[in-house]
Amino acid sequence: MEKFERLTAVAAPLLHANIDTDIIIPSREMKSGKKTGLAEGLFAGWRYTQIGGREPNPKFVLNKPEYRNVRILLAGENFGCGSSREHAVWALHEYGFRSVIAPSFSPIFYNNCIRNGIVPVRLPEGVVRALAGKVEQAPQDHKLTIDLPAQEVIAHDGERHRFEIDEHHKEMLLSGLDEIDLTLTKKASIDAYLAADRARRPWIYLEP
Amino acid sequence: MQEARINTHAGAAARTLFDKIWADHVVAELGGGTSLIAIDRVILHERTGAIALRELAQAGRPIADPARAFCTMDHIVETLPGRADATRVPGGEALIKETRERAKAAGIRLFDINAPEQGIVHVISPELGIVLPGVTLVCPDSHTCTQGAFGAFAWGIGTTEAEHALATGTLRVRKPKTMRVTFEGKLGPGVSAKDLSLTLISTYGSAGGNGYVVEFAGSAVSELDVEGRLTLCNMATEFSAVTGLIAPDEKIFDYLKGRRFAPQGELWERALSYWRTLQSDPDAVFDRELTLQRDEFVPMITWGTSPQHAVPVTGRVPSFEESGATREAYERALKYMGIEPGTPMSSLKINGAFIGSCTNSRISDLRRAAAVLRGRRVAPGVRAICVPGSQSVKRQAEAEGLDRIFREAGFEWRESGCSMCFFAGGESFGFQERVVSSTNRNFESRQGPQTRTHIASPETVAASAVAGHIADVRTMLG
Ligand code: SF4
Repeated sequence: MEKFERLTAVAAPLLHANIDTDIIIPSREMKSGKKTGLAEGLFAGWRYTQIGGREPNPKFVLNKPEYRNVRILLAGENFGCGSSREHAVWALHEYGFRSVIAPSFSPIFYNNCIRNGIVPVRLPEGVVRALAGKVEQAPQDHKLTIDLPAQEVIAHDGERHRFEIDEHHKEMLLSGLDEIDLTLTKKASIDAYLAADRARRPWIYLEP
Repeated sequence: MQEARINTHAGAAARTLFDKIWADHVVAELGGGTSLIAIDRVILHERTGAIALRELAQAGRPIADPARAFCTMDHIVETLPGRADATRVPGGEALIKETRERAKAAGIRLFDINAPEQGIVHVISPELGIVLPGVTLVCPDSHTCTQGAFGAFAWGIGTTEAEHALATGTLRVRKPKTMRVTFEGKLGPGVSAKDLSLTLISTYGSAGGNGYVVEFAGSAVSELDVEGRLTLCNMATEFSAVTGLIAPDEKIFDYLKGRRFAPQGELWERALSYWRTLQSDPDAVFDRELTLQRDEFVPMITWGTSPQHAVPVTGRVPSFEESGATREAYERALKYMGIEPGTPMSSLKINGAFIGSCTNSRISDLRRAAAVLRGRRVAPGVRAICVPGSQSVKRQAEAEGLDRIFREAGFEWRESGCSMCFFAGGESFGFQERVVSSTNRNFESRQGPQTRTHIASPETVAASAVAGHIADVRTMLG
């Protein structure tokens, strides 16, 4: 997984509440059964003029030239609700997003972000709206900075907003380490747990 | 409706049901509030399972304990009779074949398309005794919360976490907060668990449970049968909860006895005495408590594009002020659904009726719907479909003659699977068609491009199919 420390980039506002994973990547766009090849389907229902088509809808924010090279998404509450499909995060990442700032996230989506190098930033709704207001004035100049070690979002004018993130999640994003390798360093604890648990709850363990 | 925050000074030793399950699964503390949690059961399905298995195989990582991993084919399989691997979902057939090969290579149990155990993952897991009280169970599917009805910590994860669970038998989890939702009141005729769920979500919002593990309790919940409890927990994810769960009782134990993967003989007795400890202590403290008190709960239906957009079936499309939605969400939902404020829900004509999904496709759901359909016919112009949740449900329904009632009423009778609960490029009811559906999500285009979904109980779907418009099932009960 790619490491994340500090990023200064163009941010785009998409402030509707309850943007679900099917809007982020419609089922019909998950054709390949792979983790890649999904960026084209990102927000397909909004981004293109027709279902299944590829003609860009000029009104959709990501299609506007002033938002080219966007890396940060400003979103509404309960972002990423609905289906647990990790494709939503893979599609965002492949498109270029490295952070989503929203008042709240669906828990599964939030976890999927952490595991794919996207920093999910929770900030109060008023702050997200205010940041969107600044960005909109001149998207290519009014860039946002995500400073993960300091846990801050910094606007172009220097205004800072601290955000909360689990120490463990922060560590994963900063190190870019593979989580499975990390866990397998605890093999002794896992084996000890299993030995004790087999005695305590033998019915959990099934015959092959 | 009451709400109370409870201070945490009382009874330090008292624990919630969730605290007990959690404590029994902590393998190690990882610092910063995150724990390594043992995972007892992993279930995959063909939509995301192949990716997880492929990634593990390519990384050369074996599955820690294949005997405790399972896989079903449910999401994108065809549901017409005589089906095989072909599916209308683009790229689906290849995914089905790959899932089968990889599940076999990994040595995990697979319930294949035409296997007698096949069905929707959250329907077959209880049927087979895969979920048990007190277990941790994960599946890359957001409705895994359904299985919390057995007093399990069961929750939906992403594909990367599924790989982690398979490879290590554990997950890294930060302990969630706990909430108790107490339902007090009667469920009259024509009212079922789905209505409780829609009452909760419309009262507290679709983000009301965000960050919490929600324990459902109260007289209305203990009266629910096992299948009703599955329905109630199913929609915990629509409440944005981490998951839902219910303390297991004799109904749950009776249900599990003799199921294929449930303990037998001496182990059954040992398990039973452990399971009986799985309740929140009387003075246990939750981070948040909600109570829904009604003389009588009523049939509910959604009007908009979020599960929180629900009203009594006898109600009207709410005004903006009544809706509890933001202005933008409200207007967008009205436009999408093609409705006006103040319109009686019962005046909305429908084009489709769907009974199925992991929410409401079990035998008791079909029995209640069939009771409405017996001797009646679906209104002209309404396409009505029933998709039993599993092959076992289908066999049972056929043994009881329910399939005949559905067919004679004009319903299609299908093979089990997720079917039109969601749109993956396969079948749909069509552009701007209005559908009453026993599923769990009414998001924009969930059931197909621009399809307008109203979610309700299976008995309300049956009544509406007959009436040709949204209908109050209570007017059709014998
Ligand atoms: S029935 Fe619907 S909600 Fe349930 S698992 Fe299948 S697609 Fe998901």
